[in-house]
Amino acid sequence: MSDFFHPAIVFFVAAALVPFLKDGFRKVFCLAVPLFSLWNIFQFSPGVHWTTEIVGYHLVLGQVDSLSMLFAIIFAIAGTLGCLYMLEIGTAVEYAAAFFYVGTAYGVLFAGDFITFFVFWEMLTFGAATLVFARCTDAAQGAGMRYIVYHVLGGLVFFLGIIMLTSAGGSITLRALDLTLPGAWFIFLGMGINCAWPLLHTWLSDSYPEATIGGVIFMSALTTKTAVYALTRVFPGEELLIWIGLGMAVLPIFYAVIENDLRKVLAFCIINQVGFMVVGIGIGTPLSLNGATGHVFTHILYKSLLFMSIGAVMYRTGYSKATQLGGLYKSMPITCICCLIGAASISAPLFGGFVSKSMLMSAAAEGHYTIAWLVLLFGAAAVFLLAGIKVPFFAFFSHDAGHRVKEAPPFMLAAMLLTAVSCVLIGTFPELTFYSLLPYDATYEPYTALHVATQLQLLFFSALAFCLLLRAGIYPAEIRSINLEVDCIYRIVCKKLYTGIGRIGDAINSKSEELFIKRWTAKINEFASAGPVKLARHFGSPEIQGIVSAISGSGAAPLGVPVLIAVILLAALVVFIF
Amino acid sequence: MSNKPGFFDKPERVKGVIALLLIACAGLLLIDPLISKGYVHFPWEAGVGFYAAYGFVSCVVLVLIAKYVLRPLVMRKEDYYE
Repeated sequence: MSDFFHPAIVFFVAAALVPFLKDGFRKVFCLAVPLFSLWNIFQFSPGVHWTTEIVGYHLVLGQVDSLSMLFAIIFAIAGTLGCLYMLEIGTAVEYAAAFFYVGTAYGVLFAGDFITFFVFWEMLTFGAATLVFARCTDAAQGAGMRYIVYHVLGGLVFFLGIIMLTSAGGSITLRALDLTLPGAWFIFLGMGINCAWPLLHTWLSDSYPEATIGGVIFMSALTTKTAVYALTRVFPGEELLIWIGLGMAVLPIFYAVIENDLRKVLAFCIINQVGFMVVGIGIGTPLSLNGATGHVFTHILYKSLLFMSIGAVMYRTGYSKATQLGGLYKSMPITCICCLIGAASISAPLFGGFVSKSMLMSAAAEGHYTIAWLVLLFGAAAVFLLAGIKVPFFAFFSHDAGHRVKEAPPFMLAAMLLTAVSCVLIGTFPELTFYSLLPYDATYEPYTALHVATQLQLLFFSALAFCLLLRAGIYPAEIRSINLEVDCIYRIVCKKLYTGIGRIGDAINSKSEELFIKRWTAKINEFASAGPVKLARHFGSPEIQGIVSAISGSGAAPLGVPVLIAVILLAALVVFIF
Repeated sequence: MSNKPGFFDKPERVKGVIALLLIACAGLLLIDPLISKGYVHFPWEAGVGFYAAYGFVSCVVLVLIAKYVLRPLVMRKEDYYE
């Protein structure tokens, strides 16, 4: 008897049951499901489980190894914390969507072949999109639809790659691919869309700020991270990824500086941090891959914590924009402290992100990737300035916006405090906590005097820069506005196309009416009544002329004769075909 | 829920925080030469205060470009897409 029981099944059943449960019991259930799953995952032993043969393809649903286990464990932890956070505010729809979403993410993690992988990969989209729709605003409906279209198109690109790979004789086993293989480029690109590569990232910055308060925690943890998992599995050491990752680490943070919506600032910072991971995958040494996957682990925790604290602010005040917030340290002190711990966890020593980010930086230095190292250092300073200083500063300090609200509700606080404690434990005791989970064989000591001192310099002088720029009035004022990204191309073009098609359709309709109904109908009528006579006069013998004139004269001709001719023609056609 | 003044409502406390930040920055620069840099990968890492300068300049450049180049290009009214 295998010790593997697919977590996706647990979550799919839970998602189906949640809408039928009553309030109190639903809360217990929604906490019990992820906790059970967490326990379940720790029972798994490495190996290949749950295989089946379908139309000649050998499908593997349960491939368990150290790489999939690391992701499974952090997904389970993030899922549990997310469910705890949502207990006061989560609707049945949100829970059902979140369970479905987590289940499909597990399906991707444990897939051992490209077909199973692809099926779950496509399903991911719908759980996430439902978490956007569940916000029930017009903006969320639009963002959710764009999310679906983007990801379904991405999935099709991925699928095309798989078809090309298999039709060229390649096996469907999930494995590392070379970009020279047929179809590999499409698989690469399909993964890149879910990974929010530069210019393909707009689904993320578009939809995350529109998702529900609880939903965005699941979204920030799952979609881009399954893509990181996919790239680690299929394209480790692909040098192109270094450049793509650097683009991710740099481009979005400029937008984050001038963005007013704090959840959108955090969304841009996700792309920046996933960029670090992608660079790590591109370098492809055991240390860099450990850094990339380790950073997934720490990043999910501190990014969840930041989204949770801003979510709590949003729940209490109704706002998430910097222009409408400020001074909340007075009324929400615990949320404020949790947010600051999340900020510190981005890269300060003793907090989660420091350990994994140092690993990535060292891997870039050891491989002598000079440009990559310099750019990543820039990205590290910048993300601390934004997610680490800007977000807490404008939400909790800055000018007092006058909100006098209650502290976050108990379950939210519990989830935030647990996440904060996890960030500190992981950062302070990496050997005891997550080092043993890292999939590759590489030792690393983050707490050397050099690492700590240099990292502190970077952080403190970033803070100093923020402080001086703000004091000098140079730091850009928060303005109620939106900033155009590349998505304006499709958002404007599609809108134009939509109104354009409408206009063309209208024109065709009115022309058709004019032509067919008003003009041609009259002509056809005229032809039907007078036509046979005219035809007979021109082509027929005198006898036929006589018969036709007699029929026309009977008054039955206008409809009858054309119908008769049509029936004869149809019969001839049927005889001819068969 | 009360309307009593918060910790940072007194300007001298804000100044105190900034002073602490300045002291911390100065302290980090002072201890920088004392740290062994035997195993640096790039020559410039050995220079005193490289990370400090890099962090500071990065942030200033980032903010200036975002404010003076990017914002004029991309900023629109909130109802642009509606």
